[in-house]
Amino acid sequence: MLAVTSCEREARRFEPPVGSRITPPPVRLSQVQPSAADTTSTIASHYEVNAYALAEGKRLFGWYNCNGCHANGGGDKGPPLMDDTWIYGSEPANIYATIVEGRPNGMPSFGGHIPDNEVWEIVAYVRSMSGLASSTAAPNRSDSMHAGKPESMVEQQMPVQSTPGSR
Amino acid sequence: MIEALHDVQMPAGAQAQAIAHLWQWLLAICTLVFVAVMVALAIALKRAPRAGADTAPDVTSLWHGEPKIARVVWIAVGVSTVLLLVLLGASVFTDRALAQMPLADALHIELTAYDWWWDARYDDPEPSRIFSTANELHVPVGRPVVVSLAGADVIHSFWVPSLHGKKDLIPGRPTTIAFRADRPGIYRGQCAEFCGYQHARMAIYVIADAPDDYARWAERQRTPAPAPVTDAQRRGHEVFVSRSCAMCHAIGGTTAQARRAPDLTHVASRMTLAAGTLANTPSLRAAWILDPQRFKPGAHMPAESFAPDDLTALNAYLGMLE
Repeated sequence: MLAVTSCEREARRFEPPVGSRITPPPVRLSQVQPSAADTTSTIASHYEVNAYALAEGKRLFGWYNCNGCHANGGGDKGPPLMDDTWIYGSEPANIYATIVEGRPNGMPSFGGHIPDNEVWEIVAYVRSMSGLASSTAAPNRSDSMHAGKPESMVEQQMPVQSTPGSR
Repeated sequence: MIEALHDVQMPAGAQAQAIAHLWQWLLAICTLVFVAVMVALAIALKRAPRAGADTAPDVTSLWHGEPKIARVVWIAVGVSTVLLLVLLGASVFTDRALAQMPLADALHIELTAYDWWWDARYDDPEPSRIFSTANELHVPVGRPVVVSLAGADVIHSFWVPSLHGKKDLIPGRPTTIAFRADRPGIYRGQCAEFCGYQHARMAIYVIADAPDDYARWAERQRTPAPAPVTDAQRRGHEVFVSRSCAMCHAIGGTTAQARRAPDLTHVASRMTLAAGTLANTPSLRAAWILDPQRFKPGAHMPAESFAPDDLTALNAYLGMLE
């Protein structure tokens, strides 16, 4: 079992992008559903258990200047990403939509500017910042002199939907 | 792919010449010592006591304990010591020769190694005359070149065997290397410190031009990219600045100014793509853009799906950036 997870951890998929995109299920922004909850919206992204994908996500987070607004996850002009509060949802599909579509009040729309697989890598990394990705695969160190705790040591924080006006 | 010299034994500059001389001394002395040892061994074997088919071996020498160390052994030890000292001296003199190259009027280049390519910035006292290129250095023949080395991510090593020895590029520890190309030609270099998945496809070409040719080349590199002329080129430019290309690459004179990947201002003037991985021909360029991972798995350039027309237009635009 351990061996199986470590294989997944180090696997490198160099040709994922062309045609093999993860089909986004309905992107639910609200956790409230009429009658019985449909849980198929939770997609298992293989990027979140893969050390290479998470490390690439971390690199791209810097390259595409996400930290220009979100700093290293602590937040600046943009909201913090390492806390438990999510304005537009914490599921991978939610974060994917946030990056690709953009959000009001300043989040640019990166759709078409960043290849699909890279967006998913960034999504996985963003989730690892609050401990939502696999801690055995999350980055253990930074390439830069960043004194914060590595993503692999962050405790998992149960996502909380932000209520407008509360923060 | 490219006819280029990549040989320690065929030096094309003062520094490489000094290193080649040291190598010849080493080879000569080591050959001498090796032959001497082999001859001594052969003599010893010939003189060793042996039993014939019907005679017992002559072991009378064992009756008198160990003989004293023969004079010949002292001579051999003395000669070996002297020869080793000669090599030590040769090494010191080689170092001196390497350090003594006059650097007045040197050309300054800042070379930064990334996973897995080289970024070159040609320095100039006048800021507007500074320019960037990648994976290919043009240098004037006979003029010393001082290259400031920096590693951006992991440790790399700059090694152009026909011009100089190796020098590591260590992140956070800037160093320099100075060389001079004395003959015009194309000299291949290679990253000589294992730096990851595509270490093997991290080549650099040093092209030594006549001073006039170099000046022309440098003047050309300083100009911004030419404006697109045909419809296809205009469309290609639009694709470049609006799609993912512009997120990492720069083209001088356009809005694409990212510095995470090779500068493409004059990409069509270069011989190869992806640090010596592919020849820079239109068809290979298109194939590379479509799926870089096929040629250089692990390289940081992602595959992008372009509409066929867009790809053709993009390729036409890149092809005119000479």
